[in-house]
Amino acid sequence: MQYKSQAVAKPYFIAAIGLFVAQILFGLVMGLQYVVGDFLFPHIPFNVARMVHTNALIVWLLMGFMGSAYYLVPEESERELHSPKLAIIMFWVFLVAAALTVLGYLMVPYATLAKITGNELLPTMGREFLEQPTITKIGIVVVALAFLFNISMTFLKGRKTSITTVLLIGLWGLAIFFLFSFINPDNLVRDKFYWWFVVHLWVEGVWELILGALLAFVLIKVTGVDREVIEKWLYVIITLSLITGIIGTGHHFYWIGTPEYWQWWGSIFSALEPIPFFAMTLFAFNMVNRRRREHPNRAATLWALGTGVMAFLGAGVWGFLHTLAPVNYYTHGTQITAAHGHMAFYGAYVMVVITMISYAMPLMRGRVANSKSAQTMEMWSFWLMTVAMVFITLFLTAAGILQVWLQRMGDTPLGFMAAQDQVALFYWLREITGVIFLIGLLTYIASFFKGGETEKA
Amino acid sequence: MSSGFSTSAARNMFFGGTVFFLLVFLALTYDTEQALPKRDNRAAIAANPQIAAGKKIWENNNCIGCHTLFGEGAYFAPELGNVYKRRGPEFIKAWIKSQPTGTPGRRQMPDFHLSDAELDEIVAFLKYASEINTANWPPNIEG
Repeated sequence: MQYKSQAVAKPYFIAAIGLFVAQILFGLVMGLQYVVGDFLFPHIPFNVARMVHTNALIVWLLMGFMGSAYYLVPEESERELHSPKLAIIMFWVFLVAAALTVLGYLMVPYATLAKITGNELLPTMGREFLEQPTITKIGIVVVALAFLFNISMTFLKGRKTSITTVLLIGLWGLAIFFLFSFINPDNLVRDKFYWWFVVHLWVEGVWELILGALLAFVLIKVTGVDREVIEKWLYVIITLSLITGIIGTGHHFYWIGTPEYWQWWGSIFSALEPIPFFAMTLFAFNMVNRRRREHPNRAATLWALGTGVMAFLGAGVWGFLHTLAPVNYYTHGTQITAAHGHMAFYGAYVMVVITMISYAMPLMRGRVANSKSAQTMEMWSFWLMTVAMVFITLFLTAAGILQVWLQRMGDTPLGFMAAQDQVALFYWLREITGVIFLIGLLTYIASFFKGGETEKA
Repeated sequence: MSSGFSTSAARNMFFGGTVFFLLVFLALTYDTEQALPKRDNRAAIAANPQIAAGKKIWENNNCIGCHTLFGEGAYFAPELGNVYKRRGPEFIKAWIKSQPTGTPGRRQMPDFHLSDAELDEIVAFLKYASEINTANWPPNIEG
C-alpha cells in the first residue's frame, strides 16, 4: 500500500464479505422453499427472502466497487485520497441504510414498509431489484454522489491513467443510470422499458467498464506487464462491451409491449455480447503468460484468471443460449434465466470484487501476500465456490429446459405448478450444491484468519 | 495487440463507438415512444382509475417477488401477464382471498388482507396487462 488513505477500502471490503454471507444464507432459504414450499412460512415468505438475496448482492457489490475505487484511485493518481474522512462517514451511512432496509424487509409486511416510508409520495417500490424504499434510494444517490466527488477530486488533482478514466466513466454511469429507478409511470410498458435502463445498462453496460478497469489494475500489479499493453486491451474490451451492450438492451424488449423490431436489434447486438467477455478471457491469460515477475500473491492471480473464464461462461455463453428472439420466446422467464443470472453475476462481478480484495487486503494488512498456507486455503475456496456455481447453473439449466418442454411446448402443456413438481429433483440438486457454495464461502473467510509466515510489504 | 495500433487510437475508438451507439439507442427509444400508443393499451389507463390503483397494490405487496409479469420477476409462482385470460376475474379474487392454503409442504402465498375494492383494482390492472400487445407472448395460456 503506497498511500495511507487507501486503507479506507478495508471496512468496505469487510462489510461486502459480511453481506455476501447474508446473501448466500437467504439464497439457501429460497432454494429450500422451491421444494419444501412452506419452509419458514409465514415468517419469511419467498418474496422477502428473495429481496434480501438480490439486494444484499447489489449492495455488497457496490460496497466492493467503492472499496476497490478507494484503493485503486489514490495509487493510480499517485496522491492521497481527497477526503478519507468523507469516505469513512459514507461507509457508515451506507451500511446503516442497508441494514435498516433489510430489517424493514424482515420485520414488517412489505406493504407496511411502503406505507411508513412514504412510498405514495414518490412511488418507486415493488419492482424487481428496485424494491428498496424511496428514502433508501435517495440515500444511495447521496452516498454515490459523495463517493464520486471524493474519487473525482482525487483523479483530477493527480496522475490520470486509462484505468482511472475508464473506472470513473463506469462509476459515473452507474450513478446516472440509477436515476431511472425514480421513473415509475402507471403505464406498465413504459415502466418496464425504463426499468431496464437501470438493470441492463448497469450489468451489461457501465459495470463492465468497472470490471475491466479493476481487472486491468490487478493484472498490471501481479504480472508486471507494460501498462501500455494492458491499457490498450482495456480500451478494446470496453469498446466491444458498449457497442454490443447498449443496443443489446433490446433483448429485453421482445415481449413487454415494445415494437417488434427490437427482436432484430436485440438478437443481433446481444448475440455479439459474448465477444468482449471472450476478449477478457484472452486478455487475462495472455497477460499472465507474458508476466515479467512472479508475484507472491498467487491467489489473486487465480481469481483474476477465474474472472475471465467465468464471466465468459456465465455472461457470454449462458447469455447467448437464450438471447435470440425465437429461442427466448420459449425460455423467457424460466429457470434458464435464473441459471444465466447466477453464473453471470458470480463470474463477472462477484469474482472481480474478490480478485480486488484478494490483491489489496494483504497489502492493507501490511504484507505483500498472505502466507502459503492461507493462500492454499483461499484457492480451495475458489474451487469450491466456482465448481459449486457451475453445477448450480447446470442444474437450473436442466430444470429450465424441462420446464420449457413441459409447460410451453407440445399439445397438452402442463400448468406452472404441475411443471414445477416434475423438475423438483433438479431443485434438490441445486440446493445441495448451494450448501457446497456456502462451505466454499466459509473457507474463504477462514483463509483471512490463517496465519503463517509472510513477507512485509 | 499489434504495435501499429496505439492506445490513443483505442481510446478514440471507445469514445466514438460509445457515443455513436448511444445516439442510435436514443433514436430507437424515441421511435419506441412514438409506436407505443398503438400497443400498450394506454387508453384503458385513462378510462379506468382502478388500473393505476391496481398497479400500486401490485407494487406495494411485492407481487413480482414470486410471480413473473410478461416473463419478468421471480420464477417461483405463475406468470400473471395473461392470468386474466387464463382464470377470469372471479377466480383471481377468490384465489387471493383463500390464501394461504396451508397445505403442508406446498408453496404458500401470503394473505395480503386486500379489501373487495382493492381486489377489483388488482383485477382491473391484470385485465389491462392482459390486453397489451406482447408480440404473442407467452407461447400458450399456461404462461
